[in-house]
Amino acid sequence: MNIHEYQAKQLFQQYAIPIPEGHYAATPEGAEQVAKALNGDGWVVKAQVHAGGRGKVGGVKLAKSLAEVVEFSRELLGKRLVTIQTDSLGLPINSLLIEKIYPIKRELYLSLILDRATERVMFIASAAGGMDIEAVAHDTPEKIISVAVHPAAGLQSYSCRKVAYTLGLKGQQIKALEKIMHGMYNLFLAKDASQIEINPLIETDSGDLLALDAKINFDDNAVALHPDILAMKDPSQEDDKENEAQQFGLNYITLEGNIGCMVNGAGLAMATMDLVKLKGGLPANFLDVGGGTNVEKVCEAFKLILSDPSVKAVLVNIFGGIVQCDVIASGILAAIEQVHVTVPVVVRLEGTNVEQGRALLTNTGLNLYASEDLNHAAEQVVALAKAAA
Amino acid sequence: MSILINKDTKVICQGFTGKQGTFHSEQALVYGTKLVGGVTPERGGETHLGLPVFNTVQDAVTTTGATASVIYVPPFYAADAILEAVDAGIKLIVCITEGIPTLQMLRVKAAMAGTGALLIGPNCPGIITPDECKIGIMPAKIHQAGCIGIVSRSGTLTYESVYQTTQQGLGQSTCVGIGGDPIHGMNFVDVLSRFQADEQTKGIVMVGEIGGGEEEDAAAYIKAHVTKPVVAYIAGQTAPAGKRMGHAGAIVTGGKGTAAGKIAALKAAGIEVVSSPTEIGVAMKGCL
Repeated sequence: MNIHEYQAKQLFQQYAIPIPEGHYAATPEGAEQVAKALNGDGWVVKAQVHAGGRGKVGGVKLAKSLAEVVEFSRELLGKRLVTIQTDSLGLPINSLLIEKIYPIKRELYLSLILDRATERVMFIASAAGGMDIEAVAHDTPEKIISVAVHPAAGLQSYSCRKVAYTLGLKGQQIKALEKIMHGMYNLFLAKDASQIEINPLIETDSGDLLALDAKINFDDNAVALHPDILAMKDPSQEDDKENEAQQFGLNYITLEGNIGCMVNGAGLAMATMDLVKLKGGLPANFLDVGGGTNVEKVCEAFKLILSDPSVKAVLVNIFGGIVQCDVIASGILAAIEQVHVTVPVVVRLEGTNVEQGRALLTNTGLNLYASEDLNHAAEQVVALAKAAA
Repeated sequence: MSILINKDTKVICQGFTGKQGTFHSEQALVYGTKLVGGVTPERGGETHLGLPVFNTVQDAVTTTGATASVIYVPPFYAADAILEAVDAGIKLIVCITEGIPTLQMLRVKAAMAGTGALLIGPNCPGIITPDECKIGIMPAKIHQAGCIGIVSRSGTLTYESVYQTTQQGLGQSTCVGIGGDPIHGMNFVDVLSRFQADEQTKGIVMVGEIGGGEEEDAAAYIKAHVTKPVVAYIAGQTAPAGKRMGHAGAIVTGGKGTAAGKIAALKAAGIEVVSSPTEIGVAMKGCL
């Protein structure tokens, strides 16, 4: 789960990680009030969307007067922001973060991730901050260090000093960085984060360290343990269909093709998409209906798939293991009738009671094709989609 | 021979009296698995499915001599269940549960270091040695005793591989679903090394997917240590970056963990990688 920058900074504040003075606003008037209260003669107006790369596309603006704060806020609010990390539709800007401007001496990078290979929580740091860290890692890996934390020992001072020296920090700054790292580590553990990123962490002219940006992702498996984090969820930043699918226990991801896919099991769902592509088609979605497939789930799955107007044909691929194929076939038939599916549906069933299952799907009078093997099913659905397009 | 489990393996079930535990224990008993009891706190002393229920894993181990345990408890209790099994001296722990918080698994793995206990999963279908012992949720009927070792991160793709190797008349020695979570127990290399050492296993099917770097590690291991033919398939070639594809561990981040990268690593190690999941069985037969 993702949250907005302003929410991440609220959490930073709770964990004593220094942030710029600022406040959230949802209207131009609100933005002006925030700027007035902050004093000074310059402010930064930051669009709040769940995506990085905002600065390059006009999502972060420097205002030199209150009039400009209002003007930029009007410009941004209600628009959609398309960045390198969003799709072509972008994400809606419903709120802004207005902050004081600080003189920047240096931009640093500091993040905390869950590293799969070492099975440790790990700090990643670089003096080359403010840039795309993946590009830094690719072009100049020597400029990045990583420090893993053992879960029993916890974060030790030497680890913090190692990061501090790599970042070229001195004296009081080392203590300041240690405090920031402890804040990040404690926040990570307390809230089951999967990533905390500060890019850039700035050194101001006076030598202070500040988290100029803030990004936190949380472990989806754990958010139910944290009602405060769950309350920060912003559905406007997520795909409607993906949200709807979640409510029915379905795993759905929108893609850009025209062949709807309904599969049981995440691995087989990915493999089915790959096979559709291999046969010259493009999958419209990833959809895992899960193990205990029933009529209600299959109905909801069809509704989701068909709510995408670009879908020209549907491939249902079910490996009937515990749930028998004839039971699944009856479910598919009921769902097709209930949801009034009109696009062609190709069904590939395999597993227990497969003959009875296929028999049920044959000669139904519906626009339905029962396929004997997966290769053939994929070829058939690609041909049907092409014919309908 | 087979790997990890056989007809003599004594198994207990944690979460025995729950809906999942009950259903899959019934299936295991029908299959002939030597299930010797189960654990549900506060239900100790009862009988369930004709078997004794214990309050603790320790009680179950002391009374039955079980060496393996299968876990069907809900996600927020599963880390505790794994550690209870480790503490009671269980040698092979199979955790089916999906949705365990990743940081909890991180602590579990750190606590397991040095204990000698083996963990399969979580978020996996389990392990089966056909006609001998079934520990998990896989459909029994598609399996056939034979010579192919199967190791996979995905449940349903394990079933596809099983089905196809059965259709080809090869059958399976042992099938291990290592699970779809980012932090999990036995990895590809742990299982591959056992298949290499197992006389019954003549060929190996390895099914990977996007996310992490375990397929790359497996490629290097196979090149250096595995002399038996290996057929690999990697799911997720069309998966968009940054999206979690059903499994918690199936995600491409920062350009790492792509299907293309894994396929390239496997091919560079001389391993046959099939481009379609429908070709696994035929390709395996062709290698033998």
